Amino acid sequence: MDLTVEIALTVNGAAVRRRVEPRQNLVDFLRQELELTGSHVGCEHGACGACTVRMDGSLVRGCLVLAVQADGARVETIEGVTATGEIADLQDAFARENAVQCGFCASGMLLTSHEILRRNPRAGETEIREGLSGNYCRCTGYHAIVEAVRKVGAARPGGQS
Amino acid sequence: MKPAPFAYHRPGSLAEAFDLLDRYGSDGRILAGGQSLVPVLNMRLATPTALIDINRLPGLDGIGLGPEGLVIGALCRHAAVEGSPLVARHAPLLAQAMPHVGHLAIRTRGTVGGSIALADPAAELPACLVALDATVRASRRGGARDIPAARFFRGIYTTALEPGEVVTAAVIPPIAPGWRSRFDELVRRAGDYALVGLAAHGRVADGALAELRLVFTGVGPTPMRAAGAEAALAGRRPDPQALAAAGRALDADLDPPGDVHASAALRRHLARVLLARVLTRMTEN
Repeated sequence: MDLTVEIALTVNGAAVRRRVEPRQNLVDFLRQELELTGSHVGCEHGACGACTVRMDGSLVRGCLVLAVQADGARVETIEGVTATGEIADLQDAFARENAVQCGFCASGMLLTSHEILRRNPRAGETEIREGLSGNYCRCTGYHAIVEAVRKVGAARPGGQS
Repeated sequence: MKPAPFAYHRPGSLAEAFDLLDRYGSDGRILAGGQSLVPVLNMRLATPTALIDINRLPGLDGIGLGPEGLVIGALCRHAAVEGSPLVARHAPLLAQAMPHVGHLAIRTRGTVGGSIALADPAAELPACLVALDATVRASRRGGARDIPAARFFRGIYTTALEPGEVVTAAVIPPIAPGWRSRFDELVRRAGDYALVGLAAHGRVADGALAELRLVFTGVGPTPMRAAGAEAALAGRRPDPQALAAAGRALDADLDPPGDVHASAALRRHLARVLLARVLTRMTEN
């Protein structure tokens, strides 16, 4: 029996139309159908944050949203926000502070960090650590990531100098 | 892992959703925010024949104030409740509890109705609804009924919902002047399931507590009302003597589980710590 469903959505500004299996998660759709492999698949149950993307402007877990649910939505991935330059300062800071080692968590970390600072430009270490508590990094020990985010927050308009 | 195959339906009305629930029976599952259901599908702990995605049902994502109180639609996301000025004003307990629900990227999707219908024993929202004496509104073909939260949560992942019923709203009765509430929980790491959580709601006059409702989460199969501790605190300020008496009463009120996250003894201890912390803050000026 054919269970597939046609969906139409916008991914990083481009219109996309595909037939998908309902059971396909959004992150698998992005990686396998669209070859946008910057979003990673870690735990597949919403714990690790490696699959974080934006859907209609909100952060979501790409493994906990079905692709079919993104029908009509506007999805943005690390590739999209890299192209627009929206998080260039965070990316520079992650490189400068050595906040990326293997890189598996980096796309989710960057998108989540950007949202933390968007909601609270004055976020300090405590707020940053709480905000990133759902994004696992198994390399850095987090200090370098927190430091990178804190410095970018301080440098952005409205941040704490 | 990846989910087993299932059919997908996106009803445009509650009537269509009822039809689908009839058609699939227990082989159909309602998909709301999906933040608990999709992990279970991914791990193939559930293999439904069909998902009935209610996310686009109209009229279920509002937060409104009426004579019966604050009505929060079942499809309201946790993040929307967290940021709602109406909730902050008319149900501050919920506003305090929402930041503790998972992580931001979970709260943008997870829904009020989903949390209620799932009845996770460590969830924040069910305990808050019991503390606030709220009701759960459920619809079925041909009607709706309001179920007091205190009778809705029956056991681990078990509720008073009957087959064919869909949670459509939570209704929080108006809060009279002089009542205060406070939510807090203890976790190993922000966003984790609570080792112990406490929703407290009651009348405070000259620093003394009355009509107190203490509802714990994460320490039993359902939201756990601590009647003994409530009685020990009635008419008293939460001073060290009163808190010690309430703490002793808690030992009889609660029979927490021990697991890999915390032993039963640790949870008992943390429940006392949390009780003192929450009531002290609740009665502060």
